[in-house]
Amino acid sequence: MKMARDDIPKETATMPMTMIQALRSAMDVMMERDDNVVVYGQDVGYFGGVFRVTDGLQAKYGKSRVFDAPISEGGIVGTAVGMAAYGLRPVVEIQFADYFYPATDQIVSEAARLRYRSAGEFTSSMVIRMPCGGGIYGGQTHSQSPEAFFTHVCGLRTVMPSNPYDAKGLLIASIENDDPVIFLEPKRLYNGPFDGHHDRPVVPWSGHALGNVPTGYYKVDLDKANIVRPGNDVTVLAYGTMVWVSEAAARESGVDAEVIDLRSIWPLDLETIVNSVKKTGRCVIVHEATRTSGFGAELAALVQEHCFYQLEAPIERVTGWDTPYPHAQEWAYFPGPDRVGAALKRALEGK
Amino acid sequence: MSQSKPLSLHVPEPTGRPGCKTDFSYLQLSPAGAVRRPPVDVAPLDTSDIATGLIRVLDENGDAVGPWAPEVDPELLRFGLRTMMKTRIFDARMVIAQRQKKMSFYMLSLGEEALGTAQALALEDGDMHFPTYRQQSLLIAKQVPLVEMICQLLSNERDPLKGRQLPVMYSVRRAGFFSISGNLATQYPQAVGWAMASSIKGDTKIASAWIGDGATAESDFSTALTFAHVYRAPVILNVVNNQWAISTFQAIAGGESVTFATRGIGSGIASLRVDGNDFLAVLSASRWAAERARSNLGPTLIEWVTYRAGPHSTSDDPSRYRPADDFQHFPLGDPVARLRQYLTKQGWWSDEEHERVQSELEAEVLAAQKEAESYGILGDERAPSAATMFEDVYKEMPEHLRRQRQELGV
Repeated sequence: MKMARDDIPKETATMPMTMIQALRSAMDVMMERDDNVVVYGQDVGYFGGVFRVTDGLQAKYGKSRVFDAPISEGGIVGTAVGMAAYGLRPVVEIQFADYFYPATDQIVSEAARLRYRSAGEFTSSMVIRMPCGGGIYGGQTHSQSPEAFFTHVCGLRTVMPSNPYDAKGLLIASIENDDPVIFLEPKRLYNGPFDGHHDRPVVPWSGHALGNVPTGYYKVDLDKANIVRPGNDVTVLAYGTMVWVSEAAARESGVDAEVIDLRSIWPLDLETIVNSVKKTGRCVIVHEATRTSGFGAELAALVQEHCFYQLEAPIERVTGWDTPYPHAQEWAYFPGPDRVGAALKRALEGK
Repeated sequence: MSQSKPLSLHVPEPTGRPGCKTDFSYLQLSPAGAVRRPPVDVAPLDTSDIATGLIRVLDENGDAVGPWAPEVDPELLRFGLRTMMKTRIFDARMVIAQRQKKMSFYMLSLGEEALGTAQALALEDGDMHFPTYRQQSLLIAKQVPLVEMICQLLSNERDPLKGRQLPVMYSVRRAGFFSISGNLATQYPQAVGWAMASSIKGDTKIASAWIGDGATAESDFSTALTFAHVYRAPVILNVVNNQWAISTFQAIAGGESVTFATRGIGSGIASLRVDGNDFLAVLSASRWAAERARSNLGPTLIEWVTYRAGPHSTSDDPSRYRPADDFQHFPLGDPVARLRQYLTKQGWWSDEEHERVQSELEAEVLAAQKEAESYGILGDERAPSAATMFEDVYKEMPEHLRRQRQELGV
């Protein structure tokens, strides 16, 4: 992957961080800057989170700002809506994205609609953090990628970082944003990048350029995609872990693919996508989530609408299968670099 | 035991169906003045007897008796009676307007006017109510202009919610009235969260949550009780037990052989069961709960025992599932009649004044309706602009919504 990025300021003090530490740093920075930021969820307080993302925050900011919550996703999001209506900026955690479902009514019917239905009298500025994605032998309820549930809901913003630098910048931007943000964190990327080669040793973030994170305040703008690998032959639209898989697939297949990390899934950066597909004439969409009615369908429709006359091949989708996420069959399910590479070649030959 | 009888499913039924008479003995009433008034710092479990009893102040003769009889300025009570009357007149006019197709839908609060009215008077400016669709008396007690309310009902060009919401789903932040949602019970944990926020910021404001008997079966009800208890949130958890959830008797919501107030006890929340048609009891219990919350002593759950005297909504016909004269037999009577009797006996109200106020309020409601209709009724050309449909989905309108607005040509 491209190691240097133009949008990263070079003079800022930085330190190596995993995605976990970068996310923690984002909350630390925002709690320092804004007294209205509060953080809570299951095991988030004293213990510091089952993934350590809130480690030390309670000790630093006190129990009234960072606290443990009962095991009730509906209660966590429901109380956050009330807090946001009061004027706080809650940053709440759902332990796994697979467990957001009990909070669906509060997310869809309430958080997403509050500004609209009250004509702006009440708002629900909040971030709901959820570790998501597979590739960790998580089985059915520790691997799901439910982003399409959220992108279908008007009033929500759905964001997913793919590296520590973006994770911190996007989380700060999400906390400052006045709309409710679903912040999906690919837990497979928490400790290091992962390109789908599960048979190779895990690489840590330390030593990786994108694991070198500014210690202070900065933002990565929402609604802005990032071209992580410029190319001319085919456009790959991906986010989260699939950014790394797609980059590996391009490298290994020898296809000069332009890999775009959406970062903000919806609303998204349509301009970057359209410009790229108009240039390459081909498009492969990659996500871990199941295929049917997955977010890839929306991406394919957008590309078809906006790039129809430039398309030289059918739009390809490489996704999880339309099955629950299995345990033993992890690597047959997970869209790895071989499957993505094959799709890149099909797109190239698909004329 | 080797020989077991076949099991059978128990499905609760109301005693009264159309053509029958309801046996209201299930209500387990206490005489006025019989239930004790504990100190506001009472331990939650020590309110168990109150959660199964019934706090009442006004007796059969219209006298205020017992430890819950509040100290109250007669002017406040006169205002309370006027507010209840105004709510009732407003409801009646709006039902007619719905029948005349000036609005699509309405929900009246007949028989429940004491609840919002008295609690509004027990709380302070800056406190926040999280109401259901049947607490319009809160708005009227807070003296929100009727014209503004009717414009919402008519979805016209002056509708503060720009025609986006079904009638009665008001939102009036300045009056401490949170945006109403169609999704039942969602406001309950939100109220707890608002109260937690007030605690987090070291504020002095409290929240008031509202729910009906039927909606207590929603998971958000239990969730809210758990969070309110865990974080000792300064919130009043009101349960309006009007015996009916559309066609469903409260027994099928879980009210058979148990009171809703006891749900609070099980969650470690001080809980009261109160005559919801007794204005003085509503005022007194609300003040008690507000003082408890404001003293950082934690939440209070209050089950208000009342009766949904009218249809569930303008889309409902109660004669298909309950006796037509049920309300006349409801043992707790009519909140307006009971306060009127008390005030009259005290010499603070009279039949003449009642008639005069009734006429005044009818004229006031009618005038408000006329003014509101001058800004448009449902479906006429004075509806809010279609362009505003795309606003407020997000703080800033994103590109895809700008494109969709252009596609509509507005």
